[in-house]
Amino acid sequence: MAETAPAAAFASTHNPADPRAQSVGNTLPHSHVERHGHHPYLQHHFEDLGQQHDASNLGMWTFLATEVMFFGGVIGSYLVYRFTSPDVWGAASRHLNVTLATINTVVLLSSSLTMALAVFCGQAGDKKGQIRNLLLTMVLGTAFLGIKGVEYYQEYRDHLIPGPSFSVEKLHLETEANPSTLKPEEAREVAVTRGTAINLVMPVKTFAERRAQLFYVFYFIMTGLHGAHMIIGLVILAVMLQWARQGRFTAEYSNPLEVAGLYWHFIDIVWVFLYPLLYLVALHK
Amino acid sequence: MSAHATTPSHAEASHSQHVSPQTLYVIFGCLLGLMLLTLGAAFLDLGRANFLIAMGIATTKMVLIILYFMHVRFSEKLVWVFSTAAFFWLVVLVVGLLNDFLTRGLTVPGK
Repeated sequence: MAETAPAAAFASTHNPADPRAQSVGNTLPHSHVERHGHHPYLQHHFEDLGQQHDASNLGMWTFLATEVMFFGGVIGSYLVYRFTSPDVWGAASRHLNVTLATINTVVLLSSSLTMALAVFCGQAGDKKGQIRNLLLTMVLGTAFLGIKGVEYYQEYRDHLIPGPSFSVEKLHLETEANPSTLKPEEAREVAVTRGTAINLVMPVKTFAERRAQLFYVFYFIMTGLHGAHMIIGLVILAVMLQWARQGRFTAEYSNPLEVAGLYWHFIDIVWVFLYPLLYLVALHK
Repeated sequence: MSAHATTPSHAEASHSQHVSPQTLYVIFGCLLGLMLLTLGAAFLDLGRANFLIAMGIATTKMVLIILYFMHVRFSEKLVWVFSTAAFFWLVVLVVGLLNDFLTRGLTVPGK
C-alpha cells in the first residue's frame, strides 16, 4: 500500500504529537515526510492506518468468536436441563422480576445506541460528541448493574440463592398436580419431568426441587458472567473516555473506540438472549 | 472527511464503515419494537412455539446489532467470515445437543 500512496498524503493529516507537522501544514518538504510521515498511532508492523484498522477489528472479532462459544456452552447446557424438566424451569423462572428485567433491556439497548453514536463521533472526529456519548453509555451501564443488584437482593430475600438456604417455598412447583386437570401442553411438560426423575431413580418432588435450584444456578452464572463482562466493559469505557478527552480520536484514527464498541455491543447481544431464556420462559401460565 | 482524500485505498474502504446516526436511531427503534414483541408473545400460550418465537426474535435483534451497531454490513469479507463462523459452530453445538436430549424416550424398546 505504502508504495502506491503518495508520501505527501500524510502531510495534511492531523498530527497532535508532532507540532512541527502542524505548523508547516501542507507545505511539508518530501524529506520531512520520509522521517515523520506516518501517523503517531500507526504501529510499525502495519503498512498504513487502514490495514491497522482492519487488523484490530478482525482481532476483536476473533476474541468475540471465542466469547460466543463461552456463553454458547452455558446456554447449551441450560437448554438440556430446561427441556428435560420444562414445567419446573417455567415455575422457577416465573418468580424472577420481569418488570426490572424489561427496564434493564431498554437501558442496555440504549447504552448500545449511545456507544454506536460514540463510535460515529470518533470516526467524525467530534471530540465533544465522543465524551458525551461515552459518559451516557457509562451511566446507562452502571444503571443496568444497579437494577441487577436490586434483583439479586430480591432473590436473596426470597431464599433463591443456590446453597444450604435455598428454598422452593416461593415457587409454585406443580409437578404433583393431576395431569387430567392440566392443559395438554402442561401435561406433556409434567410427564417429561416425571420421566427424567424416573430415569434418575429419584422421587419426583426431590427432583423438581433440585431442578428448581439448578435454574437459579444457571440464572446466577449467566447473569453473573454477563455482569462481569459489563464491569470490564465499564473499565474499558473509562479508558476510552480519558483518551477521548485527550483528543486522541480523530477522523483518521479511532480504532480503540471502535473495538471497545464491538465488545460493548457483544455484551448487549448476550443480554438479548438471556432476557427471553431466563425471564420469558412461562409467563403465559 | 479528509481521510478519503489523503489516505490510500485500503483506508478508504475502512472509512466507508460510517453508519449515520439516523440509521442507528432507526435500528434502535426496531430493537425496542422487537423487545416489546417478544415480551408480548411470552404472555400468549402458544405451546412449544413460545420458545421458538422468543429465540427467533432474539436472533433477529442480534443480526440487527451485528450488521449496523457493529458495522459488519459495511466491513470487509473476512469479518463476515469470522462473525458468521462463530455462530455457525454454536448452532452445530446446540443442534447436536438437543438432537440427543429432545428425542430421548421417543422410541420405546420392544415396539
